[in-house]
Amino acid sequence: MSERKIRVLVAKPGLDGHDRGAKVVARMLRDAGFEVIYTGIRQTPQMIAEAALQEDVDVVGLSILSGAHMTLCPKVVELLRAQGQDNVLVVVGGIIPDEDVEKLKAAGIDGVFGPGTSSEEYVNFITSHVRVPA
Amino acid sequence: MSGVAIRERAAVETLVEGVLRGERLTLSRAISRVENQEADAAALLTALYPHSGKAHIIGVTGAPGTGKSTLVTALAQSYRSAGMTVGIVAIDPTSPFTGGALLGDRVRMRALAGDVGVFVRSMATRGSLGGLSKTTGDVVTVLDAAGFDRIIVETVGVGQAEVEIASTAHTTLVIEAPGLGDEVQAIKAGILEIADILVVNKADRPGMDRTLRALEMMLDIEGNGARYVRHHGQLLRVESPVESDEEESRWKVIVMKTVATEGIGIDDLRQRIEAHRHWLLDSGEMALREQLRIANTLENIIRAELNRRIASSVPAGSLDALVEQIRRRESDPYSAAAGLLSGI
Repeated sequence: MSERKIRVLVAKPGLDGHDRGAKVVARMLRDAGFEVIYTGIRQTPQMIAEAALQEDVDVVGLSILSGAHMTLCPKVVELLRAQGQDNVLVVVGGIIPDEDVEKLKAAGIDGVFGPGTSSEEYVNFITSHVRVPA
Repeated sequence: MSGVAIRERAAVETLVEGVLRGERLTLSRAISRVENQEADAAALLTALYPHSGKAHIIGVTGAPGTGKSTLVTALAQSYRSAGMTVGIVAIDPTSPFTGGALLGDRVRMRALAGDVGVFVRSMATRGSLGGLSKTTGDVVTVLDAAGFDRIIVETVGVGQAEVEIASTAHTTLVIEAPGLGDEVQAIKAGILEIADILVVNKADRPGMDRTLRALEMMLDIEGNGARYVRHHGQLLRVESPVESDEEESRWKVIVMKTVATEGIGIDDLRQRIEAHRHWLLDSGEMALREQLRIANTLENIIRAELNRRIASSVPAGSLDALVEQIRRRESDPYSAAAGLLSGI
């Protein structure tokens, strides 16, 4: 009897300590029936990739408000791929200028979500994009 | 799911080799397969089981907010400084309403990041009520086979009766904090009875002396001897040969003070755990606890298999029809259950 759940790591890379949004999203995802691993603030890309590996998550959600997204987010993707986690979905939420969205996607980020994104949007995006093994 | 790449599914042999070689991603995926009770989980565990049995398993339990995660982190650091590797399984509750969970133990464990001698895995209870999840014991087996010297299992924040950890761990720590209850709380049955070591964390907080006194009083009343039968007796119904032995052969439950956030008392605690391990080995209690653990595992496997057979032999929808019949008082739950089970 297989009992698979979608596992999501929610992390805040970088130095801003504003974790309200990350906590709201973590809770939304919990209420959608996901198993959410919350790591808290001030995580380095290395810490995030390592946690994603140990927890064998399907999705990594990064919350970032500091403006350092162009440095930190691609680094997380790079580290995940380097350790063999090729299929982990990576999404970013926070304050991301429009002109950076395409650049992030080109760097391997699967989805970018700004303020006001509804719970349904997050959940639908994840359930329709997550790469569950056969 | 349109055109997304499907993660390649490794064969059981590949996973086993990887786990034994200490490949962390493979270990992580093996744990998922066991946790999700996938079709080949039994084959995986069968192959790993002969490699298990070397780690010392430490259970950490206590009420929410007593500082379990912080204490586990400090303890793991202490073991690392003593040159030992540590696997950690941290359990948090699954929502009974949505099936979702928020696993937050890592927030307190950031000090362990970047250390390849530590592996932390968060697990949700997924409907289990004893303080662990159904597959926690199996995940411990995987970590054990992977070669970690010490495995720490942190239960969900428990109330008074979640004592399952005692049949999974070799050494059980019950964590208390000052000001949580009076002397009567301390002599109630349940969680305090399973402690091999009682830890009063947050010892820098007011009310410390009172909590310490209450717990010591409890241990006095217990007589602090012949505990084993009583504390595991209800749970596992096994006679302890130690009972009739002389006084020295009994483990004396002690109360320890720690301030996990400052690392105070943690090295002492580690030494106490190791002393308990030596006592288990020297007194012959280890074999006994292993027997209990195995009996428990076996019982769980049999029960899970029976549940599976029951579920597969009860046609979907027939339960709903029965429930409706019972609601209309055309039948009753007792004979309906007997009728269903007679077919198995």
